[in-house]
Amino acid sequence: MSSMETSNLTISMLRQMFESGKRFDKRGLLDLREISLDGEVSNKAEGSARVRLGKTEVIAGVKLMLGEPYPDSLDKGNLVVSGDLLPLASPRFEMGPPNFYAIEIPRLVDRAIRESKMIDLSKLVVKEGEKVWTVYIDIYPINDDGNLIDASTIAAVAALKSSFVPVLDKDGRIDYSSKSDKKLPVSKETYPFSVTFFKLGNALILDPTREESEACEVRVTFGISVWNKQYMINSCQKSGQVPFTQAEIEKMMEILPKKYDELNEKLKKYF
Amino acid sequence: MADKFKRVTGRALDELRPMVAKIGVVPNADGSALFAFGKTVAIAAVYGPRQLHPQHMQDPATGILRVNYDLLSFSVSDRKKPGPSRRSQEISKMTEWALSPVLDLKDFPSTVIDVQIYILQADAGTRTAGINAASLALAHAGIPMRNLVCSVAIGKQDHTLVVDLDKDEEDFEEGEGATDFPVAKIANTSHFTLLQLDGKLQPERVKEVIALANKACEKIYEVQKKALKGVSS
Repeated sequence: MSSMETSNLTISMLRQMFESGKRFDKRGLLDLREISLDGEVSNKAEGSARVRLGKTEVIAGVKLMLGEPYPDSLDKGNLVVSGDLLPLASPRFEMGPPNFYAIEIPRLVDRAIRESKMIDLSKLVVKEGEKVWTVYIDIYPINDDGNLIDASTIAAVAALKSSFVPVLDKDGRIDYSSKSDKKLPVSKETYPFSVTFFKLGNALILDPTREESEACEVRVTFGISVWNKQYMINSCQKSGQVPFTQAEIEKMMEILPKKYDELNEKLKKYF
Repeated sequence: MADKFKRVTGRALDELRPMVAKIGVVPNADGSALFAFGKTVAIAAVYGPRQLHPQHMQDPATGILRVNYDLLSFSVSDRKKPGPSRRSQEISKMTEWALSPVLDLKDFPSTVIDVQIYILQADAGTRTAGINAASLALAHAGIPMRNLVCSVAIGKQDHTLVVDLDKDEEDFEEGEGATDFPVAKIANTSHFTLLQLDGKLQPERVKEVIALANKACEKIYEVQKKALKGVSS
């Protein structure tokens, strides 16, 4: 059953309902589902977190490895975000090379985090020009019931906020047996959330279930943070064929800061 | 707003780099074009509609658009390893979605239209130049189109909005730094088919960005039209 594609009948039903502001689960079009956050998915990770957004569940873990800096940023550590859509999490995901969506999610999370400057990469240098920390964030959905991108960003940010920099022994190698008390250099005030708007017909909706997102024609993801007491869009990407109108873009700009505040209100107790 | 900001290039805030548009640069292709924003040069070739392989990708209801974008290895300072990267795959997909709303491929069931875009020389704005070139190449190929697609990057330097960033401007680091906001729209409409952004931009300033993009796209459209009118087929 769960493997069957969302039918045209369901899609036309959803189109009608969205038109009159209704959803199967009785939410308003812009309402988010319940969110909860747990720490420490793995004690081997430098930091990790589990996010539940309705029935969607995503975990993220941070590992720090020593490596060389990139030639264009010798005085900075590196950030690498990756992940996989495990076949464990959905009848839609298959083994094999990643499809576009699997590539897109970590790239969107990467840009939201990188551009917000939440991580101070200049503090992750062991020896300038030679040895720096690379921060690896790996994101895995455990159960896909829609809106994986926004859930992934929350998981990644929470994992970063809980991360420590490993201890180095006298030879400069990582000593996993010593417990670190050095937090990863992340900003207290500035951290991003992503807010993805989905469109079906003329309706804009937030936080869709899998069925709703499969019915939608296009989406656009914004990474947003607060920097210097101002809301800042750090990243944006439209995915899908159908265009957004100028009026829709302007409407989204009004909603965006409110949703940032709402997410922050719900999640700050965990950070 | 009395903005004293001076661009490194001396361009006015809303000034695009000099544009070049040429049709028919790949004689083998069904349609082709070159589009340049200053030192950024993109070429695009269209093949099709043609039978789509593998067969399971065919759609009996319509033809499909398939875009491949990439940088040539010597188009950037540090040689780019040939072959697709995550970045190029993403831009290919974004370009496909930027262009497909103007195409009507219902009359070409089970076929594909392949658009190949390559960057010869990169000085920022490669995806936008690529979209402009591809839009021209599709028109040149005689594919049924509702309109042309025009694309430009609006940028921000500290807190000043500027049009069509070059690489030096993209690397700007003072104040709020550099923001790059590439968009594409269906010419003479308010429909945006590409929206991407990296950097820092206040949500309330998106209106200004759209106004600048609208104006810049009008100019791009004129250049595209002129190039197409010069073609006798």
